[in-house]
Amino acid sequence: MSLRENAMDWAVRRTGRTPRATRSLVFALGCLAVLALGVVLTRMVDNPYVFFAGYVVIQYVALATGWNVLGGYAGYINFGPTAFYGVGVYMAAFLVKAMGAPLPVAIAAAGVAGALLGLAMGWMTLRVQGVYFAIATIALVVMAETVIHNIDYLGGASGLALMPPQAPAWAGGQPQFMLMVMLAIAVAFVALARWIEISAMGRGLRALKASEIAAECAGVPTFRLKLIACAVSGAMLAIAGAPYVYYASFIEPGTAFSLALSLNAIAMPLIGGKRSWVGPVIGALLLATVQQAASVTISSELNILVVGVVLILFVAVAPDGIVGIVEKLTRRRGA
Amino acid sequence: MILELLANAISTGVLLGCIYAALALGLAVSFGLLHIPNIAHPVFVVTGAFAATVFNAMGFDPLLVSLPLALVFYGAGIAFFEFYSRIYEKRGESDTMQALTLFFGVSLVIETVLVMQFGADQRSTDVDYVGQSLTLGPVVMPYRLLIPALVAPVMVTALWLYLKYTYAGIAIRAVAHDERALSVSGIDPGWIKRHAFGIAAATAAISGAALVIVGPIDPFAGRMQIGRAFAVVILAGMGSIPGTLAAGILIGVTEALVGAFGSPSWAPAVAFTMLLATLAFKPSGLFGAAR
Repeated sequence: MSLRENAMDWAVRRTGRTPRATRSLVFALGCLAVLALGVVLTRMVDNPYVFFAGYVVIQYVALATGWNVLGGYAGYINFGPTAFYGVGVYMAAFLVKAMGAPLPVAIAAAGVAGALLGLAMGWMTLRVQGVYFAIATIALVVMAETVIHNIDYLGGASGLALMPPQAPAWAGGQPQFMLMVMLAIAVAFVALARWIEISAMGRGLRALKASEIAAECAGVPTFRLKLIACAVSGAMLAIAGAPYVYYASFIEPGTAFSLALSLNAIAMPLIGGKRSWVGPVIGALLLATVQQAASVTISSELNILVVGVVLILFVAVAPDGIVGIVEKLTRRRGA
Repeated sequence: MILELLANAISTGVLLGCIYAALALGLAVSFGLLHIPNIAHPVFVVTGAFAATVFNAMGFDPLLVSLPLALVFYGAGIAFFEFYSRIYEKRGESDTMQALTLFFGVSLVIETVLVMQFGADQRSTDVDYVGQSLTLGPVVMPYRLLIPALVAPVMVTALWLYLKYTYAGIAIRAVAHDERALSVSGIDPGWIKRHAFGIAAATAAISGAALVIVGPIDPFAGRMQIGRAFAVVILAGMGSIPGTLAAGILIGVTEALVGAFGSPSWAPAVAFTMLLATLAFKPSGLFGAAR
């Protein structure tokens, strides 16, 4: 935190830009640095486990960030992020099986499918009351899984083995390439989330989160904003799923719609802090790294139990997450 | 032949629908009347079912033992509501979504504890009438479906009479209508809500016992029921107790017809489709007032 502020101070003094433009510049440089670091690391590390574990962690950054666009900024909790993720996975699987589609095509198609699904869900449930949207998303996972179970072409309940196109030669192997792809997606998502946050849309979403009636009275087009947030969040969650087909080469409904994925995508922003883009990133890095490290030593049930208890604690005691705690501490020290 | 299939599908659907209504009855109180979106309710039901199997293994009848268990659940429900309201009721309405997350976390914790205690395998009960059927002309009704299904009309009638004619029941409906007015008339709305939530939890013990007689269940059985339970409550119209039975039967019959004439693997999608259709076209439900 202080490092960032120092860097900003320095940049403001050197260039004379406005703080906001400077912050964006620092952010953009940070994004590039992360990407560059990713490329360098894939060249230097030999152990393939690092890439597989790293992919999972970074995928969680993408999922948590995508979820937070609707859940954090607008305050509409989506309990079925895996419904969207699974649709992305199966959209990519369909394209790979049908025409051996390259990754960018699969990602674009997954994004469109996720956005449409988000729009449909939002249109049907958001006009009544927020609670209904949340409940419908729980049932959406069951629905999506049922549909996949009934499509024999996609392997039904038993899953589907695929031969996705191989990574380009310069990447140095499939795991390395997939890690870079996921990193690029995650960085793009974080940048998009930050842009939404500081744009007029973010202000509108914050307003409707605080009070929907007041926002409506002040001329905020609440229903349209909610629909857009639903579509954007749905597209992001689905896009995060598309590369999984290229990463794993085998998919089944159980993993594409897994509960652990849903739980984590919800818990990470809530634990990190859901008001700004930093929260989901911190929550995802923290929780996913701990889980990757712990998956060797503790059972998956215990894993879910721990996440559940931590989630309850944060929701009950620190609704603004780690970012909220840090803010409170620094403010107290400043005053 | 086709008529026989139809008659059997409808009778199975009605019986299943009664069980869905029993599952959703607690939710009709907590969500329909108190506006608490308790997505953990189906997990409460599964907990009730596991409790019934434990006592069944000692030789008790699951439905009879669920009556004293309901008292335990009533107490647990009151304690849980106390915890919930300490955190949320005071923060006001804007935190409904946070409350949902709390229930989500609670249901996960209960599920995982059940898995760690009983394992992920399916558990069932052992009662004399399982395996026998009642035959009425062409219609065959297995007792393992018929007996638990009879529980639903009894519960619905009892709850409806309680809410309609007793002092506390009228107060519960009043708290749903206008909390301030209730406190002005000298009744503590906090107590009434605690009591109502306790009743909602108590129904979970009985409907859990009914559920486990129908068929073996595992700790994650609640997840399949969340969409169904909310579909019943919303289709019935928020807080309509007799409507719960009608909506449950409607969903049960539709599922049975889809299973008989389409494919059983599509049955889980029925409740969800009806839930979405209700929200999109008639949000007030079949028997509810407009909201």
